[in-house]
Amino acid sequence: MTNYQSQNYIRISATTITPPVARNYEASMAKLIDVSRCIGCKACQAACMEWNNLRQPVGLFDGTLKNPPDLDPEVWTLMRFAEYEDDKGNLEWLIRKDGCMHCEDPGCLKACPAPGAIVQYENGIVDFISENCIGCGYCLKGCPFNIPRISEVDLKSYKCTLCSDRVAVNLEPACVKACPTGAILFGTKKNMTDWAGERVEDLKSRGYEHAGLYDPPGVSGTHVMYVLQHADKPTIYSNLPDNPRISPTVDFWKGLIKPVSLAGIAAAAIAGFMHWVIAGPNEAQPEDEDAAEHLIEAKAKSPPPPGGGGKPQRTEPVEPPV
Amino acid sequence: MTNTWQDIKNANLVLVMGGNAAEAHPCGFKWVIEAKIQNAARLIVVDPRFNRTAAVADYHAPIRPGTDIAFLSGVIRYLLETDQVQHEYVRAFTNASLIVKEGYSFADGLFNGYDAETHSYDKTDWAYELDDQGFAKIDDTWQNPRCVINLMRKHVDRYTPEMVSRICGTPIDKYLYVCQQIASTCLPDKAMTSLFALGWTQHSIGSQNIRTMAMVQLLLGNIGVAGGGMNALRGHSNIQGLTDVGLLSNQLPGYLTMPKDEEQTFDDYMKTRQFKPLRPNQMSYWQNYRKFFVSFQKTMFGDAATAENNWAYDYLPKLNLPMYDIIRAFEMMVHGEINGYICQGFNPLQAFPEKNKIRRGLSKLKYLIVMDPLDTETARFWEDVGPLNPSDPSKIPTEVFQLPTACFAEEDGSLVNSARWLQWHWKAANSPAQAKSDIWIMSAIFHRIRELYRKEGGAFPDPILNLSWKYTDPTNPSPDELAKDLNGKTLADIKDPSGAVVLKAGQQLDSFGQLRDDGTTESGCWVFTGCYTEKGNMMARRDTYDPRDQGITPDWAWAWPANRRILYNRASADVAGNPWNPAKPIIQWNGDRWVGIDVPDYGPTIKPSEGVGPFIMNAEGTGRFFALDQMVDGPFPEHYEPFESPVENLLHPKVQNNPAARVFPDDRADFGTSADFPYVGTTYRLTEHFHFWTKHALINAILQPQEFIEIGEVLANEKGIANNSWVRLSSKRGYMICKALVTKRIKPMMVAGKPTHVIGVPIHWGFTGLAKKGYGANILTPSVGDANTQTPEFKAFLVNVEPSNGPEGEV
Repeated sequence: MTNYQSQNYIRISATTITPPVARNYEASMAKLIDVSRCIGCKACQAACMEWNNLRQPVGLFDGTLKNPPDLDPEVWTLMRFAEYEDDKGNLEWLIRKDGCMHCEDPGCLKACPAPGAIVQYENGIVDFISENCIGCGYCLKGCPFNIPRISEVDLKSYKCTLCSDRVAVNLEPACVKACPTGAILFGTKKNMTDWAGERVEDLKSRGYEHAGLYDPPGVSGTHVMYVLQHADKPTIYSNLPDNPRISPTVDFWKGLIKPVSLAGIAAAAIAGFMHWVIAGPNEAQPEDEDAAEHLIEAKAKSPPPPGGGGKPQRTEPVEPPV
Repeated sequence: MTNTWQDIKNANLVLVMGGNAAEAHPCGFKWVIEAKIQNAARLIVVDPRFNRTAAVADYHAPIRPGTDIAFLSGVIRYLLETDQVQHEYVRAFTNASLIVKEGYSFADGLFNGYDAETHSYDKTDWAYELDDQGFAKIDDTWQNPRCVINLMRKHVDRYTPEMVSRICGTPIDKYLYVCQQIASTCLPDKAMTSLFALGWTQHSIGSQNIRTMAMVQLLLGNIGVAGGGMNALRGHSNIQGLTDVGLLSNQLPGYLTMPKDEEQTFDDYMKTRQFKPLRPNQMSYWQNYRKFFVSFQKTMFGDAATAENNWAYDYLPKLNLPMYDIIRAFEMMVHGEINGYICQGFNPLQAFPEKNKIRRGLSKLKYLIVMDPLDTETARFWEDVGPLNPSDPSKIPTEVFQLPTACFAEEDGSLVNSARWLQWHWKAANSPAQAKSDIWIMSAIFHRIRELYRKEGGAFPDPILNLSWKYTDPTNPSPDELAKDLNGKTLADIKDPSGAVVLKAGQQLDSFGQLRDDGTTESGCWVFTGCYTEKGNMMARRDTYDPRDQGITPDWAWAWPANRRILYNRASADVAGNPWNPAKPIIQWNGDRWVGIDVPDYGPTIKPSEGVGPFIMNAEGTGRFFALDQMVDGPFPEHYEPFESPVENLLHPKVQNNPAARVFPDDRADFGTSADFPYVGTTYRLTEHFHFWTKHALINAILQPQEFIEIGEVLANEKGIANNSWVRLSSKRGYMICKALVTKRIKPMMVAGKPTHVIGVPIHWGFTGLAKKGYGANILTPSVGDANTQTPEFKAFLVNVEPSNGPEGEV
């Protein structure tokens, strides 16, 4: 949502423009959502609505405590409530704050055909730049978490920005600030991972033997992570994917245009930017999608290529900036 | 709260029973999470529903609404049976050893002295045996069968685990697990905190619910210590302040009490209030009652209150009844005995029991004045909103005046939180349109009424004409001036026995210890003395200094009494004055005086050897298992069924309900039976809303837009009710049509061998505001209150539920 020049970016959708490499001493950041501390009060939802000026019309009860009923261009985060009973009949009420996971390897960005509509900042935040969005919906197709929503009003795609505007000026995201129980924390990915480790130990001491951190490798990790009591069964948390991966359609197109990527690498080498390449499916036409899906079915389920294309290695700073 | 929000983090066990802290107090609940993370505390929830608190708890045990006394009496039995009590604490700090009069007895559900005509007890024998000096007799060996400990043991003996399970519907294994966990805190260095709220108060046995838990806490030595206590989580940001300044018909500020009809003279009044010590050397702090009362009268009536006129005692109204509570007020309204009603910051049509009766009452008034920042249902009670509020305005004579008020953020002032902190707040915005502060409005009403009395006289104009009103702007006293009034000041130079002036005239007082009963001091609310001193506004302090990181911040705001953060903190140390828990001391005896991180709730230089008890407000200085004559329904708690209950009382079928509860005949006729209404209804709040206010706020309305009830899967299947379908929920008093949330979180409980179903009814919807319109839960609830406080029985009543085709008419 913000002007992406306010922060260093490392990827831009559908473009071969090379991001700048100076000023790159920025830590990888993450939001940690500790489901075991969450009381489902929706303060995060209220804070998100206030900071981002989002107001859905007053809706209707839909059979759950979840309100509004789903993510929406006006709803960027949502508490989902799941009643889970194990085979011994022990009941748990698993409340998960849903929203963009800010994948390290963002499927939305890879799938996006609109130049500059989706960017990833050096701190890991994946942001939608509305003025460049063409409303095609490919980002939704590329997202393994079913997050972006297209507005019927302006035909642009919307989702959580991880408050990139706040983070850019060293503030925590609005939901983090509002959370009364400290169930949502924000900091460097390293700090958040370390703290999650302590939380997992505590949960194990309370009998949750499969407690763990949700930082799925299928998308090279995420910048929104969960502490789960049952990390072996993410789907019990309102269908959090067990092993999220970028849609094979998106990855298939990446394979098909590999020669183009290589050409790009060659050009970059000449220019002296051997380490930096952005390649995307921007040449793909929408009508090719169907054909690709047929091809994929034949190709069965080959493992996805690791990581994103051409992302530069970055050095972790010693001191976290936030 | 005896303790503070922050202190919850010191607990080893957090028991949430009679409340739903995560749901109703999400901000304060951070300290429960803190206890879990920093202190490895366990969190146990005992509740009819698996609620939001249970979602983050280590353990949940279900309980049928209205049976908490049975559960907790069983816990007391378990602790005594397994000898898991803090012996030294119980012997030194409780009345376990004192001997009760022979006349006291209990049989078949009734204590001695019951009068079935008046539904009340003669409490004369609910007392200690006294020696010739007037002190209670004691038997430290606990051999005397009439020692409190032995009477208590006998009283709870009937509450076996099997009996508890049959009454409460809690499976025995779950019940015993909770018992074990509670018992684990009997060690001197372990503490359990009890967090409760309206889940305990809103019963016909509400006060005794709380007392039973207090008895458990005394047995475990958990009162006065860090991480312990009885912690009432108050439901409104200033409801503690309302109680403190005595906004109840039978109260005066600072827990002084209104005179009764039979107390025609000041001497009569004082006879029953200045408690003399019941054991040697005890402080019995109410001995100072006269100082508090005279100082209050001086604030009220200034120079008109003199020694000659008994400090204007005659100016005070005298109660002809125990109290004029809301249930009685609307009973009187319905019968035409109350003709005008000033409704300030309250929404009775939504908040009081039996909505249809409330509307009937309001419809008989000559006038209704509503002072509120919002357009409440009460102000529009006359409006015909179809089935949601069926009314015929052409037949209602009531004239309604709506006086829009400022909300708290639009004025300076103080709020008292659950932890008794008076926290000053500053105006953040101007009020919209014509809204005025409550102070401005009340002042204007006062001046007009005084003018009428001046011109026209009246039966007794003196109290109004002589009301002290010395404010810079008489039409709009400032919050600072009013706060200074409550604190109090000297009216003349105060001298010590040698004649030296210790306090000059006109000086703000530092402590209620300085109050006099000779008219030389004034104080509007003695427990607040110290909040606004010569040093300034203590409530405005914002220093987070926390000397031991135990959550005691003496320079943050100001806590009554005397800036004390943990009540009864003398009990945090053993008889010799050493902390029970050396890792978390509060105060201790250093050889010369009591020192520590909190203001001692004790004389600061009283030696431990003097044997002064820590419970200084009680005449015997100890905590009470046996409540003497302080409760109207018995010195020990006893399980009585709710007035609408699905089963007979298994302990004493002939005494089904609280025999000392007051029930008006019309209301009794409106009670339903389980034959017609087989399910247990219980009402409650949701995190997304605050009572009936936030449905006026857009974000809250979006987050929880529409009225619904919660119903378990088993009952839903039986009745053919699908999730998110329409249902008709009814009681003897009314019905509502709303959506159903079918859930695994409410399960049938086996009560007396029968499956019993609970239906949950969130309260928040009405016919004004931005959320979808609804009926409001109190269309269902019965008009009966707790025998001691008259708090309505909202938490346990009978309902029926059927599938429905949806709203009738326009909704």
